[in-house]
Amino acid sequence: MLERIHHVFAGNGLITAFAVVGLLMLVCNFISKYLTAGRVHGSAIAIAAGLLLSYFGGIYTGGKHGLADIALFSGMGLMGGSMLRDFAIVATAFGVDVNELRKAGSNGVIALFLGLFVPFTLGGMMAYAFGYTDPVAVTTIGAGAATYIVGPVTGSAIGAGSDLIALSIAIGLVKSISVMIITPAVARLISLNNPSAALVFGGMMGTTSGVAGGLAATDARLVPYGAMTATFYTGFGCLLGPSVFYLVVRMLLG
Amino acid sequence: MVIYGVALLAACLLIGKAVGELIGMAIGVHSDVGGVGIAMLMLVFLVYRLQEAGCLDMTSRRGVEFWSSLYIPIVVAMAASQNVVGAVTGGPLAIVGGLVVVGVSFALVPVIARLGRGKYAEPLPPIEDDETREANSHA
Repeated sequence: MLERIHHVFAGNGLITAFAVVGLLMLVCNFISKYLTAGRVHGSAIAIAAGLLLSYFGGIYTGGKHGLADIALFSGMGLMGGSMLRDFAIVATAFGVDVNELRKAGSNGVIALFLGLFVPFTLGGMMAYAFGYTDPVAVTTIGAGAATYIVGPVTGSAIGAGSDLIALSIAIGLVKSISVMIITPAVARLISLNNPSAALVFGGMMGTTSGVAGGLAATDARLVPYGAMTATFYTGFGCLLGPSVFYLVVRMLLG
Repeated sequence: MVIYGVALLAACLLIGKAVGELIGMAIGVHSDVGGVGIAMLMLVFLVYRLQEAGCLDMTSRRGVEFWSSLYIPIVVAMAASQNVVGAVTGGPLAIVGGLVVVGVSFALVPVIARLGRGKYAEPLPPIEDDETREANSHA
């Protein structure tokens, strides 16, 4: 009997995911209201809880997709996958103020370039400090510090080994997850409370999932501004990583 | 009809992604360059035009608003399907490197945002609770 019921849940994966996420948000909003007196936003708790569940899912199955690797929760991968995520991100643009966009647009572009330059440089320097002196290794790790997509794309373009690619993905993941968690906590400190700052934030961080999660937990009205610049980041990162960045690193390290 | 709104949204995303792919191809990148950003700009522009022409009724709007309000739950599902174990077990370089980059990037946000300071960097008005926020975000 239990097997038949399990089959109902696993066979309707997306629907199960809707129900599970709804329940999770209910519990987290309850925690937010009664345990933190509304100081920590319910969505921030829910995102952190999602990451925690993902950790246990990963430990339990040894897979790469967190909770979604458990058959019962496989729909979580579809619900949180790039297709529906991008669809919902575009939908948030419905609330965008065109004037805000026009006025802060140039800041967004500056942030985008600085946002790529800073992690490339810092990531590369950290790699060097940890004993990687090969230009390919330094470039791949530096690119991973941009996002966990820029890292592997750059690495495979310049012929890095799979251990380096895995490391670059790990750095990108740490970045993405810490952005999700830290953003709501420091939002006030860095005046992340207006569309202009959100545009800059998206370009500076670049990790679409980190920016999306972090801003959603801070103030959902800022999501479209941050997401808009962040979605350009990965593409430009994949362009600059194996070309400009690699050439500069090779020149510096001989 | 609600489906008109959903279809408008779908069309924007598909066209945006197609254009993103073409840009990627043009500059020699095996990735979509800004597809979602282009889709968002398209939606903003189209909604503005359609509203001016009076072609976007309440029920069509609801089709877009529904997906917009599902955004946070989708992000929660996304968080629940991340490779958190991979990040935690990536070793000291992954963790230290990731955190240093994030710390410095956070510090730079107010610096750049200040470049365009003025009346456009006004904080958004406070929000009362979830329901009003969802309503406001589409105002």
